[in-house]
This record gives sequence, structure tokens and C-alpha cells, in this order.
Amino acid sequence: MNGLESIPAWAALPTAFLLILGGTIVVVGAMGLMRLPNFYQRIHGPAITVTLGAGCLLIASMIYFTVLKSRPVIHELIITLFVLMTAPVVAMLIMRAAIYRDLRAGKGESGVTDGGVYRLPEQEE
Amino acid sequence: MSALLGFAIMFAFACVVIAMVFCTVRLLIGPSAQDRVLALDTLWMCAMLLALMMGIRHGSQIYFEAAMLIALVGFASTVALAKFLMRGEIIE
Repeated sequence: MNGLESIPAWAALPTAFLLILGGTIVVVGAMGLMRLPNFYQRIHGPAITVTLGAGCLLIASMIYFTVLKSRPVIHELIITLFVLMTAPVVAMLIMRAAIYRDLRAGKGESGVTDGGVYRLPEQEE
Repeated sequence: MSALLGFAIMFAFACVVIAMVFCTVRLLIGPSAQDRVLALDTLWMCAMLLALMMGIRHGSQIYFEAAMLIALVGFASTVALAKFLMRGEIIE
């Protein structure tokens, strides 16, 4: 069943706004993942996809179902909390693996030494 | 007003699908293994959002559980892959 007609205007406007905003942010994040030049810049793209984009879409879903069912429907908060908790963990694990692999392989051109924090093994005296 | 909402839902649908296409491009051309793992993680997140959009479009709560399962399995698989890249084995 499709309940689009039973949504009043005061709820349809913020839902539509959040859906359009969230969709645009998701596309921008994925475009960053595709187009940025090296891995350590690329990892910033999905970060806005999974926090701001997914957050907007989940809040839109919450407003929509709350109005549609005429009762508070907030269990999308579980997904929001889970995604917000796990996104930094995942980013840190992938980043550490990437730094370890680039340092071991001696790939200075991959951008691993750009910040001046890590050095390739042969540069240390 | 329902026309605006219908357009917004279809717009968000199309955006998530385009994002999945971008992630697939990075998954295929990614020069290193960590690029592919990152693209796969973003692909899981986009699949979760796609299930959620499907739920809004059909006005049904059943898709919520699917979205949550996709988020859980995506987290577990990405952690396992990152651990594998780091150490060469998953359970030591």
C-alpha cells in the first residue's frame, strides 16, 4: 500500500527536503570516493555519506512513518546510533591497515608520508 | 503535496543508485586492496539506504529489519577484511 496521499503538507515538506538533501550528500560522498587522487584523501568521501547523508535519510524515514502510522516510530534511531558508532571504527581499521601496508611496501608516492607523521623505513637513521 | 514527496523519494532513490555506481567504479579500478575494501564498505552503506528508501516508498516497516541486518553484516565484513589486510589472518 502506498500512503503518500495521507501525508499532510506540514510533514511532507520537511520529509521531501531531508530526502533531497540526504540523496545529494550521498552522491557527493560517493563522487569523492571515485575522483580524489590518493587513498588518504579518498577515505574522507564515504565519511560524509555514512554520517550526514544516512542521517538525513533516516530522519526523513522517522518523520514519514511517525505521521503515516499516527504514533511515534523512532526505531530508525537504532540504525543511526549503530552507524554513527561503527563509522569511525571502520575508518580507523582501514586507515591503519593502509598505513601499515604502504610503509611495509615502501610506497612513498601513495601519500602515506605526506603529513610528516610517518616515515618510510629507509628514511629513519 | 504528495507529488512533491513522490518526486523526493524517486530523487533519493536515483541518488543512492548513482552513488552505488560510483562505488562500483572505485571497486573495479581501485589500485590497491584498501581502496577496494573502502569501496565495498560504502557499497554496504548504500545498500542499507536503498532498503530504507524502499521501505518509505512502499510505506512498509518490514524493510527496516532488512536495512538493519545489512548494516550489521556490512560492519562485520569490513572489520574482517581490514583485519585481514593488516595481519594476513583474521582470527589469530
